[in-house]
Amino acid sequence: MRLELQKRAGASTLFSILSPFIALVLTLVAGAIMFVILGKPPLASLYTYFVEPLSDPWAREQILVKATPLTLIAVGLAVCFRSGNWNIGAEGQYLIGGMFGAMIPVLFNDWNSPIVLPLILIMGMLGGALYGLIPAFLKSRFGTNEILTSLMLVYVAQQFVDWIVRGPWRNPQGMGFPGTKKFNESAILPSLWQHADAHYGAVIALVAAIGVWFMLAKTTKGFEVTVLGQSPRAGRFAGFSVKNMTIFAFLFSGAMAGLAGISEVSGSVEKLDDKLSLGYGFTAIIVAFLGRLNPLGIVAAALVLALSYIGGEAAQISLGVSDRAARVFQGLLLFFVLACDTLIHYRVRLLRTPKKLSGKTHQPHSPSQVDTAKAKVWNQVGHGN
Amino acid sequence: MDVWISIILSVCAASTPLLLAATGELVVERSGVLNLGVEGMMIMGAVAGFATAQVTGNPYIGALVAIGAGALFSLLFAFLTLTLVANQVATGLALTILGIGLSGMIGEGFVGQPGIRMEGLNIPFLSDLPIVGQLFFGQDLIFYVSIALVFGVSWFLFKTRAGLTLRSVGDNHTSAHALGINVIKVRYLAVLFGGACAGLAGAHLSLVYVPQWVEGMTAGRGWIALALVVFASWRPGRVLIGAYLFGAVTIGQFHAQAIGIAIPAQFLTSLPYIATIVVLVLIARNRRMTMLNTPASLGQSFVPDR
Repeated sequence: MRLELQKRAGASTLFSILSPFIALVLTLVAGAIMFVILGKPPLASLYTYFVEPLSDPWAREQILVKATPLTLIAVGLAVCFRSGNWNIGAEGQYLIGGMFGAMIPVLFNDWNSPIVLPLILIMGMLGGALYGLIPAFLKSRFGTNEILTSLMLVYVAQQFVDWIVRGPWRNPQGMGFPGTKKFNESAILPSLWQHADAHYGAVIALVAAIGVWFMLAKTTKGFEVTVLGQSPRAGRFAGFSVKNMTIFAFLFSGAMAGLAGISEVSGSVEKLDDKLSLGYGFTAIIVAFLGRLNPLGIVAAALVLALSYIGGEAAQISLGVSDRAARVFQGLLLFFVLACDTLIHYRVRLLRTPKKLSGKTHQPHSPSQVDTAKAKVWNQVGHGN
Repeated sequence: MDVWISIILSVCAASTPLLLAATGELVVERSGVLNLGVEGMMIMGAVAGFATAQVTGNPYIGALVAIGAGALFSLLFAFLTLTLVANQVATGLALTILGIGLSGMIGEGFVGQPGIRMEGLNIPFLSDLPIVGQLFFGQDLIFYVSIALVFGVSWFLFKTRAGLTLRSVGDNHTSAHALGINVIKVRYLAVLFGGACAGLAGAHLSLVYVPQWVEGMTAGRGWIALALVVFASWRPGRVLIGAYLFGAVTIGQFHAQAIGIAIPAQFLTSLPYIATIVVLVLIARNRRMTMLNTPASLGQSFVPDR
């Protein structure tokens, strides 16, 4: 038995809508198998994971809290990924954004003014954008691989934030625990309703998603992002600059990650501590792909991933399933999403008997032939000029 | 003198996992496939090796199982990117995310348990020689495997017909296909080899370097290995140099922390990551060399036309 792919004439609209749902179903099936292996009742476990939290108002609120940073980061990543830039370091930009935003409430703890909140949100975006600028600058200036540099900067950011909350910014009255002083009232994102954990970050995230959707779908900038992502060569003919796009994409996704960071710091934790890095920057990559890089799809995808976090906590309490199972779910989900995307561009056929290739002869070839072919490919992909 | 030997030995121990994973990834990339899942395969190897050693009491069986686990895990990547032509960058990331999650779940019961260390070799007379004894005859087996692997891979890639085939697939898969080479099969084998190497690298971490299971213990080493391949401009010999350079930086910052240099520990810990970025920039500036050595089909999917 053998799989064979047949290229479709055009992208299948049906499957581009269906594929995330097929992926979700496949993840649930794989999850059920996982629970069987762990010796837990599969259906009851899945129920605890994905249905129970929805019926509990407290859990619903927690889903909203978790979906907020995921949406913000993933919406930025969608722009970046669409433009053909791989920003893997959103986690670092999220951390630095949180730290930059915390600068004002930490250094000017007594400053009470309605201007403080907008200011710290802008500072958060600035921090994330500046941190995102590093890999973008290195890529456009030196041709450095942005995947590796942006990822390395995550580790650097984690260490830096760890240092600052234990060292210079540590709350002297904090009993030695790492973390800054609690922010004063004017530096805190208000709750959505009284005594709620859910804060206005959720509204910001929703507005951002709609705004980015508008930008991608209706503006020239959005067109530029898509063209350069699909064919840098075509983009150049249209007068678009690949290098400027790299800078823009990283600044934008960095700013969104930074905004996520400061909204988490100011809305949820209300201070900067050493537990800010929860892997949202990486989970947001899954969110971006599950949402098919469409900002509105991303809002839905963020809610699904947030549900898996909350369900994971519930399953740990009621079933004794490791909370790591949620991470496994998320990883599996990304796998299935990527696998199902194949259906959009290809027909997949299962062949029973392997077709024999006729005339399978090896032509002797010399390295020089390969080198010539290599040079040709280099020119074709546009490196030659 | 003893101090220096112990420092050199610890540099070897820190470099070996990087060297193994980078050498494996080099073969993968030479075949035109970019597998960003090294970190995930490595940590799966680490947990599989540790768990097996705990159950069987034998670190060598642990290392073998780690190799198998790494290879098996890479098969997931191969199926998605080679058979289903999924995006290689995204799939590699998926492999890393899944690997970190899965290893955390598998290893949960092993956290805090004392590990079983793979002891160094003990060859009568040779291991007891002054200075060179411990270095050349007294280290763990995986260290010697890693060194042999570099020379083996170098010989394979540049001196054998199969190596030429692999490089041709990586440089121009369309031409290779036209010559009758089974591009997909070659790439499957390369990815499996890379997975096996990353698995062994993980085993070295959990059986020799740390001997313990700590969640997320690879701490970006898989990514550093990926950077090393770029740094080495896809040459096995340079991977060796690069890996030991990074090992030296890692050990150097440990010693600096131990001495109590007036730099916060967090800054020293981030040194290897900053060094990676610096090295990537330096190497990228030399465009001609990078261009000549980059496998031309790197990261591109191939669908055979029938």
